[in-house]
Amino acid sequence: MDARTMKDIYLPEPATLLEVKPFTEMETYYRIKLDSGRPLGHKPGQFAEISLAGIGEAPISISSSPVKTDHFEMVIRNVGNLTRALRTLKDGDRVGIRGPFGTSFPVNDVMKGKDLLYICGGMGLVPMRSVIQYTLDHRDDYGEITICYGTKSPSERLFTDELENWGKRKDIAFLETVDRGDDSWKGNVGVITKLMPGISIDPHKTVALVCGPPIMYKFVLLELRKMEMSNENIYMSLERHMKCGVGKCGHCQINGLYACQDGPVFKYSEIADVKEAI
Amino acid sequence: MSYYKMSEEDLRQWVDHLLSKVTVYGVQAKGDRFAFNALNDSSSLRLDYDVTILPPKKYFLPPKETLLSYKGQKYDSVVDEKPFVLFGVHPYDLAAIRQMDKIFSSDNNDIHYMTRRNNATIVALDVQTPSAHNFSGNMNTAVIEGEYDILLTKVDSSYVVDVRTGKGKELIKGMSGLVTAEMALVDSRHKVWEENKSRLRAYPLKPSLSEIPGLLDKSREHPVWAEKAELCFSCGSCVMVCPTCYCFDVQDEAEWDLSSGKRIRSWDGCMLERFALVAGGHNFRKTKEERYRHRYYRKGKYVAEKVGEISCVGCGRCVSACVPGIANPCEVYNRLKED
Ligand code: SF4
Ligand code: SF4
Ligand code: FES
Repeated sequence: MDARTMKDIYLPEPATLLEVKPFTEMETYYRIKLDSGRPLGHKPGQFAEISLAGIGEAPISISSSPVKTDHFEMVIRNVGNLTRALRTLKDGDRVGIRGPFGTSFPVNDVMKGKDLLYICGGMGLVPMRSVIQYTLDHRDDYGEITICYGTKSPSERLFTDELENWGKRKDIAFLETVDRGDDSWKGNVGVITKLMPGISIDPHKTVALVCGPPIMYKFVLLELRKMEMSNENIYMSLERHMKCGVGKCGHCQINGLYACQDGPVFKYSEIADVKEAI
Repeated sequence: MSYYKMSEEDLRQWVDHLLSKVTVYGVQAKGDRFAFNALNDSSSLRLDYDVTILPPKKYFLPPKETLLSYKGQKYDSVVDEKPFVLFGVHPYDLAAIRQMDKIFSSDNNDIHYMTRRNNATIVALDVQTPSAHNFSGNMNTAVIEGEYDILLTKVDSSYVVDVRTGKGKELIKGMSGLVTAEMALVDSRHKVWEENKSRLRAYPLKPSLSEIPGLLDKSREHPVWAEKAELCFSCGSCVMVCPTCYCFDVQDEAEWDLSSGKRIRSWDGCMLERFALVAGGHNFRKTKEERYRHRYYRKGKYVAEKVGEISCVGCGRCVSACVPGIANPCEVYNRLKED
């Protein structure tokens, strides 16, 4: 083996930020293009590692549909050194990208022809948006689509233009809630699980897709059980610290599973007995 | 395969000869303990050491290494291609290297590790002095068949030099006055091996190796985790000294000009408090008990499933490194077996 001809799994590819846009107080939106011109080639639900030389690297979900191939999108929450530094970047600045990594939502097999129930809490909308967009882009391939979205407060809502658009569409049901409202908020108030009892689904032809903060899963699963959803038809994207993305560093481990390779998207029946998962 | 016979003096001459051509890492005394270090001459080389403070893994996966260099936002791989000889590796440490090779070459090949590994020639050495905590006899790693380029076994007062590979042959090439070992001497190594298999058992291990993954499967709620973990300092010593641990962290180090620098990989460990912390503050293994248990499951089950053998070679380093005395894998596996 000659080292020079082998691929370095840790080497980022140069990429350019086509657009940087603050979304909320905490989140910033990025539209990114690989300098090589190659499409990232991700599947809905996968993540990539974004690097800023001198600051470091972090795993970030890809939030755009793979249907767009000339660029991809990420929404990054300002929670550490790297994300803070990323927030100061401008259109045209460069970053490094590795990936895509991990598993994806089964848009082309299990989900095809089924009714879809999306449950997204807070930042969970970011990875979920890639699959929501994908299924909306291929609307005829799926049955009824219901999207539930909950945030802590109205100011934390992401992709507000898109939310408004989803709310207007007749071919999907879009339900929203916030934990705490404010003067301008006219919608539902309460945690996301409050939305669920009002939804009627056929548990035998529905696939539920769940992504949100760690605390959310238990409660959402209880509601899904009440709806008689089987574990086989529930998919969820789990958050861990995917430091390397390639199954080496150990940081992302959930018992014997590696969130970076066996996840981040898991079928619930595969992790229901995995103690550290939920 | 060829076998030579050398006296200890011949061996030292050979090492000096090697040193004129290539970097050789061998074992030297360090205070009252031992460590692998770059040799300057053969006189400081110890062949009778019991165990080294850190395993020779450090030459393939250094405690701190540069993975990439960058200028602006452009990155380049930094790969260490310098050939070297690792002289005097005990069988249990070699078994650990065999596991690391699988980890770093399978799925996603890690060129940083694998380049060092491919450029290394390993001279193994059968144990002469057992360390106080070594239980490699329990783990099937007191003796090793293969994996080395050359194996040295001391029989009475001479060494059998078992040259296994092309790399091994290359290393011995040019040595004058090589004496072929007579078959009786070669065969008498079995006595040494049998002896090592039975004496390298500082602690009893009650379950069989194949039983361990299954035992773990049904022991998640066993009281031993909380009992032992209560005494844990979360110091990480047990994982830092372990030849089969390979978790790492990656950090950037900028130069003074701030526009260039390096991306550095360094050892990390699942026993450290912040290991499973994600950006935003949630810690997925926040209690000592969860971390303590994870270490055993990783060794006895998770990594074992990847590499096909229990990910502990019985070197006993964790036992001597742990101040509260709770890191001994045998004790824990025995408890699981008893209850
Ligand atoms: S767990 Fe302990 S005895 Fe086993 S290989 Fe690691 S340091 Fe050695
Ligand atoms: S060496 Fe002992 S005290 Fe330190 S982390 Fe390991 S088990 Fe805990
Ligand atoms: S992110 Fe490193 S092993 Fe999964």
